[in-house]
Amino acid sequence: MWWQATQRLRQDRIGMGALAVVGAFVVMIVLVSLHLLASDWAQERGVHYANPTFLGPGPDELAMIEPPPGQMLDLTAVDPLAPHYADIERRTRALATTLKPRIQTLPFGGDRYGRDVLKKAIKGAQVSIVVGLAAALVATFIGSLLGAFAGFFGGLIGDSLEWLYNVFTSVPYILLIFAFAAVSGRGIASVIVILGLTGWTGVYRLIRAEYLKHSTREYVRAAQAIGAPPLTRMFVHILPNVSHVILVQLSLNVVSFIKAEVILSFLGLGVSVDSVSWGTMLNEAQSELILGKWWQLAAATLFMAVFVTAFSQFTDSLRDALDPKLR
Amino acid sequence: MTDSIPDTTLLCVRDLAVEFQVGREAPHVAVRGISFAVPAERTVALVGESGSGKSVSAMAILRLLPDNARITGSIRFAGQELTALPDAQLRALRGSAMSMVFQEPMSSLNPVFTVGDQIAEVVRVHERIGRRAARARTLELLEEVGLPDPQLRIRSYPHELSGGQQQRVMIAMAVACKPKLLIADEPTTALDVTIQKQVLELLARLRKSHRMSVLFISHDLGVVGEIADEVVVMQAGEIREQGLVEQIFTAPTHPYTRALLACRPDLERHPRRLPVVADFMGGQDPQVRDEPRVPRPDRDVVLEVSGLTKNFRLRDGLFHWREVPAVEGVSFKLRRGQTLGVAGESGSGKTTMGLTLMRLHQATAGRIIMHGSSGSANLVDLSEAAMMPYRQRMQIVFQNPYASLNPRFTIAHILTEPLVLHSIGIDARARLGLAGDLLQRVGLPRDALNRYPHEFSGGQRQRIAIARCLTLRPEVLICDESVSALDVSVQAQVLNLLLDLQDQFGMAYIFISHDLAVVRYMSDEVMVMNQGRAVEMADGESIYRDPQNPYTRKLLDSIPRGVAGRLLV
Repeated sequence: MWWQATQRLRQDRIGMGALAVVGAFVVMIVLVSLHLLASDWAQERGVHYANPTFLGPGPDELAMIEPPPGQMLDLTAVDPLAPHYADIERRTRALATTLKPRIQTLPFGGDRYGRDVLKKAIKGAQVSIVVGLAAALVATFIGSLLGAFAGFFGGLIGDSLEWLYNVFTSVPYILLIFAFAAVSGRGIASVIVILGLTGWTGVYRLIRAEYLKHSTREYVRAAQAIGAPPLTRMFVHILPNVSHVILVQLSLNVVSFIKAEVILSFLGLGVSVDSVSWGTMLNEAQSELILGKWWQLAAATLFMAVFVTAFSQFTDSLRDALDPKLR
Repeated sequence: MTDSIPDTTLLCVRDLAVEFQVGREAPHVAVRGISFAVPAERTVALVGESGSGKSVSAMAILRLLPDNARITGSIRFAGQELTALPDAQLRALRGSAMSMVFQEPMSSLNPVFTVGDQIAEVVRVHERIGRRAARARTLELLEEVGLPDPQLRIRSYPHELSGGQQQRVMIAMAVACKPKLLIADEPTTALDVTIQKQVLELLARLRKSHRMSVLFISHDLGVVGEIADEVVVMQAGEIREQGLVEQIFTAPTHPYTRALLACRPDLERHPRRLPVVADFMGGQDPQVRDEPRVPRPDRDVVLEVSGLTKNFRLRDGLFHWREVPAVEGVSFKLRRGQTLGVAGESGSGKTTMGLTLMRLHQATAGRIIMHGSSGSANLVDLSEAAMMPYRQRMQIVFQNPYASLNPRFTIAHILTEPLVLHSIGIDARARLGLAGDLLQRVGLPRDALNRYPHEFSGGQRQRIAIARCLTLRPEVLICDESVSALDVSVQAQVLNLLLDLQDQFGMAYIFISHDLAVVRYMSDEVMVMNQGRAVEMADGESIYRDPQNPYTRKLLDSIPRGVAGRLLV
């Protein structure tokens, strides 16, 4: 079955393209975590809000300040520091540091501190994609598992899981995330856990409905008639038939969790201030836009859009490849 | 109106061909240049198996085919060339001058609107009348199609009506604007035989009172003979034979027509095997000799059921539950190699009985005792683990071959799974070999193992489902409406296969069907069920010759009998 699915996926040109893009992102993340790429993202190389290279250098803001008109007054007679100026100047010269000249333009512009936006976006991909993917996997796994049990068995198991679901959905989502964040502390791992533990409800609802529908289908009854135990019926027979729902939910969750990480970081519950993610970049971009510095927003959005589109396209192709009816 | 078309011809189809373009492949030809005519105030039937192009032809007349269909030829309706008509004008004709009744009433009605609203909508789309007048018309129509309590039913939602009542509503919608032509596409196939009879009577009555023509599409010549004036027999997109109904039934010229007539089990004759289409296509018609089944009371009893009862619990209010009986106190004995037929309408509890016997439902009361060489056991009391060896001895073939095979499994996986579960065969290769043997036994090639269920037709899938049961070498096989979803010609093949397998493996069958003719043909003993109870039990011959229960007589009367059972309106 898997071999045939792979064959079908290979024939899907869009699917393979999407897979290549996702693969490129994964390679990028691996390089970033090995410190081979964008490890110097925090260096302040450019000038304050350096322009992107293709726009050319911006006007020098210091040069634009004109000296005041008229003659300067000689205050030497009344200035108590006047005798010491020569001494101060001599001492300063002894302590002089070599200040690197700031670059006027950066490939895709710079942020407030003159950090390279492109490098920030590459480094930020690591946090955002790892959080989005891992949290979506956790949430989809929990949701599918609980949904399968609730829909297949019903009765007491179904009722208790429904009760759990109702408890989770009755609390406002952001509030629920706060509650979990308050106990689990900061860091990437806790963001994944928080999002995974709070985001399973949507998947659960859909998968439960699918299992309710499928558990009385004739092919499942036929499996029961030949003596297949409940877990085999649930995960060998029914699961492949509901996998399309799971895959679609997975790709939707990846997108929404990348965004949720933004919210968490914005509220100070996400990744720490000394690291960067697409979320923190978008957060900074708000104030920059007023000044007309759009490139940080553009870089984060572009990266996010490319990844999210490729990923959902890939899951779509995977869904089609796993369905033997579509050739 | 032009001179070339006689006044009595309402619809005239000439050289109609329909092709479907799928992807970049060569177009798939569904209809290859057929010509027929529907005279005014007559019923013409298009008969053929699934895939013969009969429905496609009808859809082509109404231009209801998908966009990838290419229609050539001429369709003249009341002197107007339909193929050249712009979409807007054709839309005006649809529903008013020509209308259609579909096979599945449940999926053809919109579940969120009342039936009254849906009928009124049709009336108001085509006639400029007010809300109140439309309601009055709707009541009239519901009365005309014989829906009980039209005043009440006008506010019902589709799910509150039975299948037969839904089909009556569909017919009311179709005749709402007094069409000249009514196209009925298998309008009774999804219904029980008793309801089928009523719907056919209704169609015949309406055809007369509305002075319209009917184009009736069916796979069953038995049904067609009761209602049609003229018959067009189609196979593989071509017309094999057409003529008056009496001529088709008494002196069919084409072997295919003779095959269709012969392959339906009828009450008068009882051949050992049913003739199938292939028997006729060789040039020589097969000789069919009657050889009725004889009950063998001397054989050992393999399954003994007494007082079997199954109640379903329905939630009734917040903390209250209501028990609804589905099967009540059913008792019978099944002997080795014999067949017990179970007949009844939908809702009579026959399927629930089958599922309860298999322990797919837990029985509320009663005993299911399975006798064997190693002693007897009451299946009702067994735990799921203790039930395992008995699962091997009793198997079930379901009604819908499209739903009973897992669409994500290859045939090899489907057939080897029971072997793995019951540890039959030494290794994977031995199991695959066994599965291949069984596939050949049910008449499919060995290389079908690597394919998926959707690549097979309904009849082939039912063969695969039977092969899955055979893997366990069961002693009892329950066939739950196993041939009801199949065309009559395919039905004959599957019935013959079941009989062959019974001779070879000595299995006992519990054969469940709503069609008493099929049940009688297959069974040594027949049990008639009504509302969960067994109302009559006798051998096949006495059930037919001397039915004791009025319900049995009703079932017998509903069996389509071709021209012999012609509806007199």
